Amino acid sequence: MTLELQEVAVAPKGARPLFPPITLTVRPGEVATVMGPSGIGKSTLLDAVGGHLAHGFTLSGSIRLDGRDLSPLPPEARRIGLMFQDAVLFPHLSVGDNLAFGLARSARGRAARRAAVETALDRAGLADLYDRDPATLSGGQRSRAALMRTLLAEPRALLLDEPFSKLDTTLRDDLRAFTFAHIRDRGIPALMVTHDPADAEAAGGTVIELTECTPQGSRTGCPHHMRRRNPDPA
Amino acid sequence: MLVTVAFGLVLPIAAGLWQTGRAGVGVLPAIGATELSLVPLRDLIALPGFSTALRLTLVTGLGATALSILLAVGVCAAMHGRMSARASGRLLTPFLAAPHAAMAIGLAFLLSPSGWIARALAPLAGWDRPPMLATVNDPGGVALILGLTVKEVPFLLLVILSALSQIPVREHLAAGRSLGYGRGLVWIKVIMPQVWPLIRLPVMVVLAYSLSVVDMALILGPSNPPTLAVLLLRLFTAPDIGLMLPASAGALVQALLVAAAFAVLSLLERAGRVLGRWWVRRGGRGLSAEPGLWMATVLSALLFAAGALAMLSLLIWSFAWRWPWPGFLPDSWSLRAWSTPGSGWAAALGNTLILAVATTALSLALAIAWLEGEDRARRGRAGWAEALIYLPLLVPQIGFLFGLNVLFLRLGLTGGYTAVIWAQALFVFPYVMIALSDPWRALDPRLVRAAGSLGAGPWRRLFTVKLPVLLTPILTAAAIGVAVSVAQYLPTLFMGAGRIATLTTEAVTLSSSSDRRVTGVYATLQAGLPIAAYGAAFLIPALLHRNRRSLQAGGAA
Repeated sequence: MTLELQEVAVAPKGARPLFPPITLTVRPGEVATVMGPSGIGKSTLLDAVGGHLAHGFTLSGSIRLDGRDLSPLPPEARRIGLMFQDAVLFPHLSVGDNLAFGLARSARGRAARRAAVETALDRAGLADLYDRDPATLSGGQRSRAALMRTLLAEPRALLLDEPFSKLDTTLRDDLRAFTFAHIRDRGIPALMVTHDPADAEAAGGTVIELTECTPQGSRTGCPHHMRRRNPDPA
Repeated sequence: MLVTVAFGLVLPIAAGLWQTGRAGVGVLPAIGATELSLVPLRDLIALPGFSTALRLTLVTGLGATALSILLAVGVCAAMHGRMSARASGRLLTPFLAAPHAAMAIGLAFLLSPSGWIARALAPLAGWDRPPMLATVNDPGGVALILGLTVKEVPFLLLVILSALSQIPVREHLAAGRSLGYGRGLVWIKVIMPQVWPLIRLPVMVVLAYSLSVVDMALILGPSNPPTLAVLLLRLFTAPDIGLMLPASAGALVQALLVAAAFAVLSLLERAGRVLGRWWVRRGGRGLSAEPGLWMATVLSALLFAAGALAMLSLLIWSFAWRWPWPGFLPDSWSLRAWSTPGSGWAAALGNTLILAVATTALSLALAIAWLEGEDRARRGRAGWAEALIYLPLLVPQIGFLFGLNVLFLRLGLTGGYTAVIWAQALFVFPYVMIALSDPWRALDPRLVRAAGSLGAGPWRRLFTVKLPVLLTPILTAAAIGVAVSVAQYLPTLFMGAGRIATLTTEAVTLSSSSDRRVTGVYATLQAGLPIAAYGAAFLIPALLHRNRRSLQAGGAA
């Protein structure tokens, strides 16, 4: 599975695009990173890929997953997982039921579904926490539960919106390794936006850096400058 | 969806106003009047007591509104930051829940010459019989102003508190005070100008309501001549159907009165802006507003005490048997007034419940459909749509209900539950919609996105994520809906053609009778029903979400 962005730009109604067109190919198991200061439209880019763009934004360019154009699909049909900085577990469901919400319909039967959720909890170090209130989990536990919920839906790509920024340093390293290992395991492309250069370093994939437009910047291509590292790690 | 609601709201009001307006200028074919003329208006003006009624309406309506705003603002300025939002919410709830009519009856029990206050004073003043004072139904309308204020101050407090939560009050207060301005002055010069745009519409609702209130004016207001709205009700329900024409002309006058009051409000706002700017630029810091704030707080506390005693007196009267003057409590108690449900209160309770459940369910379903429609279109609400929601609360009820009744009569709808449910929903829907809109929009959008990215379609997102997470505000909106439905007097009376007796219509009718025990039963039930609804709205989520910390009251949902 490959995620391809071709000349993708997002513009608020009647305004200039938030960033210059982005062209990017994310291969299976790769984590590509988009960096840049807040307010530059990083999250909006993820909204565009996930299909959550608010009314009034126009998307140009094409986004393809495995060669298939995503633009006509509603978010629920794109099968693109989403990870936020603070987990966003459903507050009215227990930890296990959060995972069960995500678990793909292909797992059939009560017992089989329960077992799939228990296995996932186990792998995330959350065994025996099926009935817990998500609000009582620690930050790291919550993030792992959210990742498991996302993976159980069998996504074909993953979007990570500053997924580690709220965790303290030691936890951050653990969770990064945990998340990236799962992405490699599954062989799905992932697109991450972050402030933290260490995130990009650990991800090891293509990095796109969006920088604020400055008066001098206009010479190098306003409104934003784009820099690419590791253009072809192969 | 939006179009349906728009038609459901606007069409009946427009059609009702049109019919009333036609009758006001002499065209009401149903009674054989087809000639366009100003005779109805002239007849109206010639009615004995018309000019007094007009004056009373202005004095009570404008007086109650102005007093309520001053008190509510004063209390907010004095108490803000000293009381948690939850505590103040809990304190306000019973006053918001109690219908106007029940509160008015309780206040009448409290204030009348043979009421609780007079009984408490009797030993001191040496009264051996109830004093000959017109403390209720006084010709000046003081009791009516008091009654309206008891109900409007809590409403405005709630509205101002929710507006304040959108403003960095603490920071602005600190900034202002560090520049040498007193607390009260910062409130007037800095905070209120920010609050006003957020509470303008609710203040207009209070203004329109106070100028056209019927049930409270029947119970507490002057009786001869009464306020304009009561005078019109008498004309509309008079045996002489010819009086419907001047009554319709009066309904037009009523509508114009409210429109004029809105115009004055807008002029005052503009003048206030100019004067305020001049005042702010002068930079005066000398004036201390503290005494005013404390006076407002003390007066409001007295009002709240009166309201609480009024509701208590309803309950006590319903269980009283022998209660001679000047005893402070009844000599003997009895369940007799309660023990004969067949005498009418059971049927009235049943009707009230049916109407409350039906109108609330209908309004809630429409509100959720509207909000979900906005979400799916991924856009906010247009200004005109917001105004549309408020429309039924800004037009005087009597102005369009009569015309709507004429229309329903012609369609053969009057007198049935459908007509009453529709008419009540006109007023229930706006409140439900207003109560639900903010919490709905405050829902973390990432929850819905997470559900979507997990493959949940729009319906599954609505039923398994949004509605359960929003259970508390949905039930609160439902409780408000029940309270509004139970309180409806005029729509029930007009659209039910007097055939559908509810607790409110019966309580208002009984309020002029001499048997306070029976009146007490009806008014207690009338106040108890909404309070029970609020209680359920509090208990059900607490029970269902007892193991969900972030959904409990005070949690960050």
